[in-house]
Amino acid sequence: MLSKKNLQLNDNGDLHHLLAIEGLPKRIIERILDTAESFVGINEREVKVVPLLRGKSIFNIFFENSTRTRTTFEIAAKRLSADVVSLDVQRSSTNKGETILDTIANLTAMHADMFVVRHSESGAPYLIAQHAAPHVHVVNAGDGRHEHPTQGLLDVFTIRRYKKDFTRLTVAIVGDVLHSRVARSQIHALTTLGVPEVRVIGPRTLLPADIERLGVRVFTSLEEGLKGVDVVTMLRLQNERMTGALLPSASEYFSRYGLTPQKLALAKPDAIVLHPGPMNRGVEIDSAVADGSQSVILPQVTYGIAIRMAVMAILAGATR
Amino acid sequence: MSTMDNTLPDAEALFAELKAQMASSIAFDAKLVGVFSGGAWLADRLKAELDGEHEVGYIDVSFYRDDLSTSGLKSNVRSTQIPFSVEGAHIVIVDDVLFTGRSIRAAVNTLFDYGRPASVQLAVLVDRGGRELPIAADYVGMPLIVATDLMLALSKNDGGKFALTTEPWKAR
Repeated sequence: MLSKKNLQLNDNGDLHHLLAIEGLPKRIIERILDTAESFVGINEREVKVVPLLRGKSIFNIFFENSTRTRTTFEIAAKRLSADVVSLDVQRSSTNKGETILDTIANLTAMHADMFVVRHSESGAPYLIAQHAAPHVHVVNAGDGRHEHPTQGLLDVFTIRRYKKDFTRLTVAIVGDVLHSRVARSQIHALTTLGVPEVRVIGPRTLLPADIERLGVRVFTSLEEGLKGVDVVTMLRLQNERMTGALLPSASEYFSRYGLTPQKLALAKPDAIVLHPGPMNRGVEIDSAVADGSQSVILPQVTYGIAIRMAVMAILAGATR
Repeated sequence: MSTMDNTLPDAEALFAELKAQMASSIAFDAKLVGVFSGGAWLADRLKAELDGEHEVGYIDVSFYRDDLSTSGLKSNVRSTQIPFSVEGAHIVIVDDVLFTGRSIRAAVNTLFDYGRPASVQLAVLVDRGGRELPIAADYVGMPLIVATDLMLALSKNDGGKFALTTEPWKAR
């Protein structure tokens, strides 16, 4: 049985579901990062497939659209030799009135071993994990404003590859933290791994009121917040936020919070720039930065596959 | 030889025997591929001490094992490194202990995902019997009978000297 306290771990303390970074022990995060390191090599060879998950069936269930995340999960599953089926549930049974749990029950009856779930409601993957058959594993691929754990893991994996030691870093996360599950997962991952200073930078309207509770320093000035940082994570400004009262206009946002080469120069000279994608060039990031020598945005995408392979391989090997 | 008296043979002596067998038989440019972790140490020592030009690679068989569902993924997976072309190469897989043969099966499969070698041989420090697959070693430091409930493994001290150790099998 899974304990109520941490639905993600089994009785041996092994990862059984990946639902959130919050509450995940450091040893588990480090194990995922170390395992991903071995998968990086697999992804660089001519035969990019290992037979580890042969015979396992993985269902990607996306109740909310995401081409990139769904594709990287698909590639990761295929490189592990799993059988993978991707369902765009937006256009499927839920429109005919089927509940999430009925959808899951039907797919389990088709002998699913793992569900990768994206949902616009925070907590939806928890609901599925609570009701899943004991042998079934659930991976949260982004739920509402809550978390996007594999994105947080690939972010810290990318940071570790360029910066090695977490315990000497200052990391800034810039933009719409309020609506960002990416920010939340990355903050939890960074603090668990011992990063001494995590900063969030953005307009007050886009920062959660109680964000300091997560152990971060808050800046409303990009220039102030970027001083001396080793890592800058730019968050995507979702266009739909622009229509409400939260922001005046894209061009005004860019002038205050867009990352230009001049502003990046305030960070350490060897600072790296991350972005979870998809990017809005000219809104939160200048093309000269996005395509510049300090950008590690495309390596993030590459490492995302290794991270998802590691997560799926570890989960598939966890038994009760 | 049996270990009824609980004394294990001197691993350095077995290494000398293994090296002598290989010196007279392997191709001058045979590649040595060590299976982590004991086989990797052996491959490094063999490269340093054998005549010829022997490039070295390392294999972690974790992603090719057949027991994921029962044993899970090993917690400290190492990165397989094959820094030469496997295509057409003469390769000697090096491991510390040959037992069921399952690790070697996995190592051969790993190798073939890097190319089609001209030949593959197997060198082991100890053959403890107990095969579950049709696999045999070409070079053996010594055959040794060990109680089935004990795991036999190679260790290396700070000075780089080899020793054999036994311990009860771990759950994982």
